Amino acid sequence: MSAGTPRRRRPAAAAALVTVGLVATGALYAAVGSMAAPATAATVVSPDLIKPGEQLYKEGCSSCHGLDLAGVPAESVGKGGARANGPSLLGVGAAAVDFQVSTGRMPVGAYGKQVVRGRSSYNDEEVAALAAYVASFAPGPAIPSEQDLDFKDANLAEGGELFRTNCAQCHNFAGQGGALSNGTYAPAISPKSPRHIWEAMLTGPQSMPVFADTTVNPDEKRAIIKYITAIKSSPNPGGAPLGRVGPVSEGLLMWTIGLGALIACTVWLGAKAR
Amino acid sequence: MTIAQRAAATTTTWIDDRIGAGKWLKKNLRKVFPDHWSFMLGEIALYSFILLLLTGVYLTLFFNPSMKEVVYNGSYAPLNGIKMTQAYDSTLRISFDVRGGLLVRQIHHWAALLFVSSVSVHMLRVFFTGAFRKPRELNWVIGVGLMTLAILEGFAGYSLPDDLLSGTGLRIAQGIVLAIPLVGSYVSTFLFGGEFPGTDFIPRLYSIHILLIPGILLGMLTAHLLLVWYQKHTQFPGPGRTNKNVVGFPLFPVYVAKAGGFFFIVSGVIVLISALFTINPIWMYGPYTPDQVTAGSQPDWYIGWLDGAVRVMPNWEIVLWGHNLSLNILVPALIVPGIMFTLLGLYPWIEARATGDRREHHLLDRPRNAPTRTALGAMGLSFYLLIWISGGNDLIAQAFSWSINAITWTIRVLLIVLPPIVFVITRRACLGLQRKDRDKLLHGRETGIIQRLPSGAYQEVHAPLTDDAKAKILSARESYYEPIEAGPAVDANGVAAPKKGRLARRLSKFYFEQRVTPPTDEEIAEGQHHAADDLATVRPAGQITSGH
Repeated sequence: MSAGTPRRRRPAAAAALVTVGLVATGALYAAVGSMAAPATAATVVSPDLIKPGEQLYKEGCSSCHGLDLAGVPAESVGKGGARANGPSLLGVGAAAVDFQVSTGRMPVGAYGKQVVRGRSSYNDEEVAALAAYVASFAPGPAIPSEQDLDFKDANLAEGGELFRTNCAQCHNFAGQGGALSNGTYAPAISPKSPRHIWEAMLTGPQSMPVFADTTVNPDEKRAIIKYITAIKSSPNPGGAPLGRVGPVSEGLLMWTIGLGALIACTVWLGAKAR
Repeated sequence: MTIAQRAAATTTTWIDDRIGAGKWLKKNLRKVFPDHWSFMLGEIALYSFILLLLTGVYLTLFFNPSMKEVVYNGSYAPLNGIKMTQAYDSTLRISFDVRGGLLVRQIHHWAALLFVSSVSVHMLRVFFTGAFRKPRELNWVIGVGLMTLAILEGFAGYSLPDDLLSGTGLRIAQGIVLAIPLVGSYVSTFLFGGEFPGTDFIPRLYSIHILLIPGILLGMLTAHLLLVWYQKHTQFPGPGRTNKNVVGFPLFPVYVAKAGGFFFIVSGVIVLISALFTINPIWMYGPYTPDQVTAGSQPDWYIGWLDGAVRVMPNWEIVLWGHNLSLNILVPALIVPGIMFTLLGLYPWIEARATGDRREHHLLDRPRNAPTRTALGAMGLSFYLLIWISGGNDLIAQAFSWSINAITWTIRVLLIVLPPIVFVITRRACLGLQRKDRDKLLHGRETGIIQRLPSGAYQEVHAPLTDDAKAKILSARESYYEPIEAGPAVDANGVAAPKKGRLARRLSKFYFEQRVTPPTDEEIAEGQHHAADDLATVRPAGQITSGH
């Protein structure tokens, strides 16, 4: 009997093997994961912006998100008081700040089921400063550059396919938005700002899932933006589009205008016989 | 005789000698039809059906009902290079490349919406006026069949283009088939030729849509119209109108002109709508693939109530011996519509049981004169409307910023609470209107003239009714029933009466226990006398004679 055989068959050997396997898999995953993520991690922050950003943040954001950006947990807010608790902003990145603040969602105007789009309280420079300040705490998704958003060479049809697979189930086939549960909703997508569409995909605001570059890569993001821009400005060869919301508005039109006009005609024809 | 007249005479004589239609035509061209706007609702359905046949034939020339996969390479750039079935590909071609294709497609679709909606309002008219009573029960059943087929036909057409919306609809239909206990999965496999979606279904649906159902529709439609011809059209009560005559105008020339003109009006309205408003922009939806879906996936309006029923149903499932009984689909999509259509088809017999009436009816009821029927109809309508609204709950939530869950719960509660309330209110409203009618007959109509009596009291002057109004109100007698009374429990020979008929008596009591008795001739004569006296005291006789 050799010395190695019994040791190999000891119960502890199996456990050790599993441990080694798990550690190896974990290490490998971490390595691959960090290889896939550099685009979001490498946020260049201009130091000139951080200082004014800090001031703006303390004035406008810190009451809900905390001075250290770690957020204010719901429990710490008094029961009778306003629900001024906000999530942690550590690692949300400049993209999230730019999206939330420049679409007017943040700072919150009124608490409801969902924070609504509105006019931004800050100008572009202030938004940039805020984004820089928040991004300086921890790496996160960056604001897309002009090259990122240049969708001229993107594939329109592929964008449509991706849009129908990833976006249409909440935002509807024409990007008109749709209802979600308990009073929340997917808003209509505005084609005016490709930057915001990109940032929404990257950061997943509110009910929206995150479509990171590992899921929908930048080329695909550009294709989706191109498709949205194209259909939003596409003509309606069939006539008035009735909101592009499907058969409900069509049925409504037939029951009101269509049948209404025809019943008016029957009354007219019936009356003439007298 | 001019040459033209002689030519016409020669031709007609030639035809008459061979098929002998002259005599038949002479009689039938003079056939009299009564006049009322609501009698033209069925005509709207007929004309939209004709339009559907015409446009449908044009579409078959270009549509390719195949599920073979092709790569799109056509005029609509956002789909170029996308894989799709030939069905969707050819529908895109019809929409963008075939001359007049999009317009014809839109006419076909809008006409389909109009077809089912006009069938529905026609049916409501027939129901609320009691036109389904003997001898027309059979035609009512044919009508219910036509309605069902129209809905099926519409759904088949909606599913053919194989765009994202129609595929989603088919997926739901397949889910409903799967919910049939025991045989569901077998039926689904049989229908789809294997797993959903497979490659067989669209060709199959195509033959059903362009051959089978239209064929049956056409046959039943002919029977429907022939029965109207043979049994004659019902008429609303009025002076000189009885159960034994038809007061109206002859088919030729009055109705030939009216109906012919109305066909063009209906066609014109549909074409105008089709030219101005987009319907089913299939290019926006993209081709169907089972892994995609769009927010606000809705069926056309006539399936909306079924979809809505599924949407409000709680998510109940029972697992029996390892088999799922999907009550969440089975109840709203199969059991509820099954009950609704069965009740609808059987309604003439249900009401006949309650009235115990075997007479023929050619005079229509005014809805108020059949309070229980009207209330039942309104109740059914409120139920239908609620589940119909539920079918659009997501769009309502979006449009009004409401919570979709709140809408669903509201409709669940209303579905139980509202129909009985509607029933009670409608019946009371009908009875109230009948009482008002009775008052009018007894005391004349209110003139709006206030008279001061020598004693200083004031009173309103009443004027006698016109013949027209009187005949209308007096028709309440035709619609008047008392509950069927039970005979003596023991007859003259001491034999106990059979228990049979208890159900009918109970039904009859439900229908006619609450009622307003129309006044007798003597009561009316006395009342009108008073009214005339009233009037004579304020103004010389004859000044207020015309009225409503």
